[in-house]
Amino acid sequence: MTGEPGGRPFFAGIRPVIRKEFRQIRRDPRSLGFLLFLPAFLLLVFGYALNFDVKHVSLAVCDLDGTQASRDFSGKFAATEYFDLRYRLSDPREADALLGREAVGIVLIIPRGFGDDLAAGRETKIQALVDGASAMTATTAAGYIGAIVQSQTMRFSLDVLERRGLNRLELPLAVETRVWYNPELRSARFLVPGLMVFILMVIVVISTALTVVRERERGTMEQILVSPVRPVDLVLGKTVPYVLISLVSAHVVLLLGFLLFGVPIRGNYLLLLLTMTLFLTGGLGQGVLISTMAKSQQVAFMISILTTFLPTFILSGFVFPIRNMPLVIQPFTYLIPARYFLATLRAVMLKGTGLGAFWKEVLFLAAFAAVTIVVSTMRLKRTGLEERPRRFLGGRRRVAR
Amino acid sequence: MRTILTFIRKEFLQLRRDRRMLPILFIAPIVQLLLLGYAVDLDVRDVPAVVCDLDRTAASREFLAMYFHSGYFTEKGRAETPGDVDRFLDHGLASMAFIIPRGFGNDLAAGRTARVQLIADGSESQSATVGLNYASLIAARFSERVLAEAFEKVKALGLRPVRLQTEVRVWYNPELRSRYFLVPGILGLVLMVMTLMLTSMAIVREKEMGTLEQLIVTPLKARELILGKLLPFVVIGLIDVILVVGVATLLIRVPLRGSVPLLLALALVFMLTTLGLGLFVSTISRNQQQAMLTAVFFMIPMILLSGFVFPIENMPRLFQAVTYAIPIRYFFTVIRGIFLKGVGLPELWDETAAMLAFGLGIFILSVLRFRKRLE
Repeated sequence: MTGEPGGRPFFAGIRPVIRKEFRQIRRDPRSLGFLLFLPAFLLLVFGYALNFDVKHVSLAVCDLDGTQASRDFSGKFAATEYFDLRYRLSDPREADALLGREAVGIVLIIPRGFGDDLAAGRETKIQALVDGASAMTATTAAGYIGAIVQSQTMRFSLDVLERRGLNRLELPLAVETRVWYNPELRSARFLVPGLMVFILMVIVVISTALTVVRERERGTMEQILVSPVRPVDLVLGKTVPYVLISLVSAHVVLLLGFLLFGVPIRGNYLLLLLTMTLFLTGGLGQGVLISTMAKSQQVAFMISILTTFLPTFILSGFVFPIRNMPLVIQPFTYLIPARYFLATLRAVMLKGTGLGAFWKEVLFLAAFAAVTIVVSTMRLKRTGLEERPRRFLGGRRRVAR
Repeated sequence: MRTILTFIRKEFLQLRRDRRMLPILFIAPIVQLLLLGYAVDLDVRDVPAVVCDLDRTAASREFLAMYFHSGYFTEKGRAETPGDVDRFLDHGLASMAFIIPRGFGNDLAAGRTARVQLIADGSESQSATVGLNYASLIAARFSERVLAEAFEKVKALGLRPVRLQTEVRVWYNPELRSRYFLVPGILGLVLMVMTLMLTSMAIVREKEMGTLEQLIVTPLKARELILGKLLPFVVIGLIDVILVVGVATLLIRVPLRGSVPLLLALALVFMLTTLGLGLFVSTISRNQQQAMLTAVFFMIPMILLSGFVFPIENMPRLFQAVTYAIPIRYFFTVIRGIFLKGVGLPELWDETAAMLAFGLGIFILSVLRFRKRLE
């Protein structure tokens, strides 16, 4: 430990702050409960609830042909798990209202003469109306339609050949698709790491966002300032207890991810622990930093939500691929620590790759933790000295109200 | 009436006093919408892919060209051996790999089934999954072409391949831009986050500072107190909606086909819920930290279960039922309907009624709770 001029070991000043902070946390069991178990609870719920697989798209069929062939054909759609046949229409104009109020996503229209054309080998055309408002579902669903139609066409063609005794023709191409790191393409596999990052980020920032400003708003900051506690003691003392708490809660989440969703840790656990600690410390540091900047708890809350909630969700690469973003927006994603943690988490948990693949991310996380802690210490030093007269005015304002 | 006006003025003054508050209230939503509105894009294109072509024939090159000319895939490198593909996927340099074994061209020419292997990185977000769908579709198109050539050879027999065309018509959003779907969603989320945050702290703050007693001894009635507390937030919320709609339509250029007054009116109806919920959080919390955590506890389900990105129809039945209790779900249908489909009140009647029911319910509940606490 580095000695100070006064001969006091560096960490001696922190311990009382930590002890006091722990006592304060204990006194508010509801908040502690939230911090410990909210992430696990949210993961539990959303791990089950969410997935991206587009299945069971509601379908309406308007069969104007009404022959065996057309019934077989539309039956092929309803038979897959991708589409649920909800309506049979007799007039294509009904499609309008159904799509308008989101009752169905797709309307399939089979024209009159479909069966005859098919039997005669004439070109046939079917129509699919897609609700493009939900663009992602629509894209995938349109893809399914294309695939089903294509496989049907191929089948029909091979049938034609077979009837003429040319059955030695094989399907030209066999495509073997394999999915790595997540063989069954379970959404849970790639959603769980993302959910973990999102939930932890929001929780850690808000768990320290009020610490300093609360003391200030309640007027207990003066007491701390006249005590021998240094700014660095205060920042570290307020961060360390939450690092421990959030490490516990992150482990609960990891355990749940493994037990319930089968998300393994393929890579090195110690590496994971290291990046996790860096990320959590950085997030908590961000909270403290917000706390030193805000004048009231309300503002601190708003800044922390505005900087974490939607940005983490959208800019971290959790759902939205970063490479899809416009070049102007991409630099902003470097400001989102969740981006680095998510990349590491996916690499360690799902791919089992070593430090070589993501050392840059680890460096960024370390820098993020260091910057937030140092800057908030510096801010605290400054505000501690400068804001004395202003805080006096603030005190008067409170009385006046 | 005079007292309540004075009270409202005091609330506005208090909001203005805080130097950091104004930018948070009016600049932050715009910045968020701009930054996030441009960022949200789930269109699958330019999926980075690595190629391992062991065949190196005209046929294999033609096959690969179909992929890289489709616009869905871009070539990010070539692997010499199939094992070399690992490196690209492990380091996240590519999220798909196409492996063409030796003999691909010969098999095709001989009418035997040729094999190819497609590998997708399943750890990455959904784009890889969708990429796989596209890849299979392109492969199917390729085999269709091969089949057509086979028919060409037996043309003498008078056989023709069956030709079935699908005409896919996409309504409301012909280019299938995911951004058009997502930006109205962000609008709803920003409105929810702003109003819920403001309200959830509003009363607990007075409680924590001990100024609530002072308010109670004033001649203000409980309902005037609540009205005075909430009215500024309604105004702020409406201004935010107008600003954000302006940014979405003028800068991000999301089409707005329906009526703006209707959008504002229904935003007001939706705010009934968020304000009521915020008030509720305020009444069940002892201090601001609790209020904040409780508000977050309500907000996370709102973003994840609302159908913003995760389609509701894919959720397990139980959770689908739960989403009916998430008021923002209805608001999403409303804003998407007004923005993209240009529908009016008749089509949105169910959603409006649901939002109204939820809003009034939670609102009355929290007002009652609050009054009981006062007495």
